[in-house]
Amino acid sequence: MTVADLVQQSGWSPILLADDTREITGGYAGDLLSWVMGRGQYGDCWFTIMSNLNVIAVAQLLDVACVVFTEGVVPDAAVVNAARLHDINLIRTDEPTYAACVRLGGWMQ
Amino acid sequence: MEDLLHYHYDVDGGNFASAGEASVQVKRVLRQMGFPPDLIRRVSIAMYEGEINMVIHAKGGDADVYLSPEQIRVVLKDVGPGIKDVALAMQEGYSTAPDNIRSLGFGAGMGLPNMKRYSDEMTVESTVGVGTTITLVFNAF
Repeated sequence: MTVADLVQQSGWSPILLADDTREITGGYAGDLLSWVMGRGQYGDCWFTIMSNLNVIAVAQLLDVACVVFTEGVVPDAAVVNAARLHDINLIRTDEPTYAACVRLGGWMQ
Repeated sequence: MEDLLHYHYDVDGGNFASAGEASVQVKRVLRQMGFPPDLIRRVSIAMYEGEINMVIHAKGGDADVYLSPEQIRVVLKDVGPGIKDVALAMQEGYSTAPDNIRSLGFGAGMGLPNMKRYSDEMTVESTVGVGTTITLVFNAF
């Protein structure tokens, strides 16, 4: 599924869709950035409650398909601007991380 | 092996938010040169971990990247406090990062292990009170 498909199917709120044609090939949930860098994969939909600028650097280095801020987390303008600069898709939802992952898992099957 | 190109970056120790700028620039250079995406990903992630470590522990340092068609070599040098027990620091989960760094999502004790995981060769030379030099080698094929 693409990022556009995810937004449509989930009802989650897009914050920035830099390239919503990106294919989502997997998912990863985590907030410890080095842990995410060690385990995350290219094309992942990354669920996190971490919302500082370093999230954008990690998303870019891993080349994830999108970042989904869960549990009602809203990144500030500096984070969104950095994402715009580096073409990172950002989405947010009030859903708990676990519930969001379960839903993605269902759609990916 | 002869290095064809050398890039030097100063890692700013005072600015945690900008950490990763050198890695991002290297990623761009490697992409322009046509290196394979998986290799680019490995180099840039390992280098980013090195940058973060220099910002957290050593107030910055120098990052040098040497390129040849066969190999990419990244040398990360700082004049920080040094690593007391390198073997311990290489273990996943071991960290001496302070709480304010953990609150940013770092300090999980994965920095050096990730650098080892993503590189083909890694050497750590460290002397307490003098500094640390980490050399990462990535084979291009």
